[in-house]
Amino acid sequence: MSATPIIFLVVAALTLAAAFLVVTVRNLIHAAVWLVAALFGVAVIFVLLDAGFMATVQVVLYIGAIAILIVFAVMLTRRVMQDVGPQRNANWWLGAIVAIVFFVAISSLLWRTAWPALPGGDVGDTVLALGRSLVDPNKYVIPFEVASVMLIIALIGSIAVALPGKQSE
Amino acid sequence: MVPLSWYLTFAAALFALGLYAVLARKNAVAILMGVEIMLNAVIVNLVAFWRYGNPADIAGQAFAVIVFAVAAAEAAVGLALIISIYRQRATVMAEQIDLMKW
Repeated sequence: MSATPIIFLVVAALTLAAAFLVVTVRNLIHAAVWLVAALFGVAVIFVLLDAGFMATVQVVLYIGAIAILIVFAVMLTRRVMQDVGPQRNANWWLGAIVAIVFFVAISSLLWRTAWPALPGGDVGDTVLALGRSLVDPNKYVIPFEVASVMLIIALIGSIAVALPGKQSE
Repeated sequence: MVPLSWYLTFAAALFALGLYAVLARKNAVAILMGVEIMLNAVIVNLVAFWRYGNPADIAGQAFAVIVFAVAAAEAAVGLALIISIYRQRATVMAEQIDLMKW
């Protein structure tokens, strides 16, 4: 148990370093690879939070689907990607200031708040409880069904948008 | 034992990095990567609050699962839009996609 803070600090530092490289590196393929590293670090954070199912979903869905989709998009738009010139716009310093102010404001607020300590005891079988709650009419079956309808709409919509053909005229 | 504020600080830093990518990056795909990082920071917050709040109540994880689904839908639609724009205008630079800019 005493090793947990060390693991957390190391993983958090590596994840933030990878995320920093995602947002600063010039080559977008490298940025996508660093994005995979950052997402994997977040999966480790989920394991530290006793959310094993979340870590699995993170690896399967974020790394397995979204990151690969991003790599595909980078490759399909490759000609523009290798353009010379800066990869950030003229007002990038304004964006940096906004991000830093946001971080300082949030962290100064949350370090002044008294948060609850970690509840003792085992969390139990969260996968079973989560699966039951997602199909329980008294709990979250409606958000679950709405999410599935939303995924179908997104699927059809993205096919319709990306379909080549008559829309180019 | 790791205090909750560490997780929240980590998530805030991750969110700030994503925000910087959204505001400063030229390439629309890179902007989408920033959005993904921000969504991931939010999910870290949700799971951390679930763990430190009431782990017996699974609400936090159910919320996180719904956010995962939203992130997947967002990535699919966003990348489809980018590829469609690239096919029609041969650019993925956000500042050149100004057809609806007034």
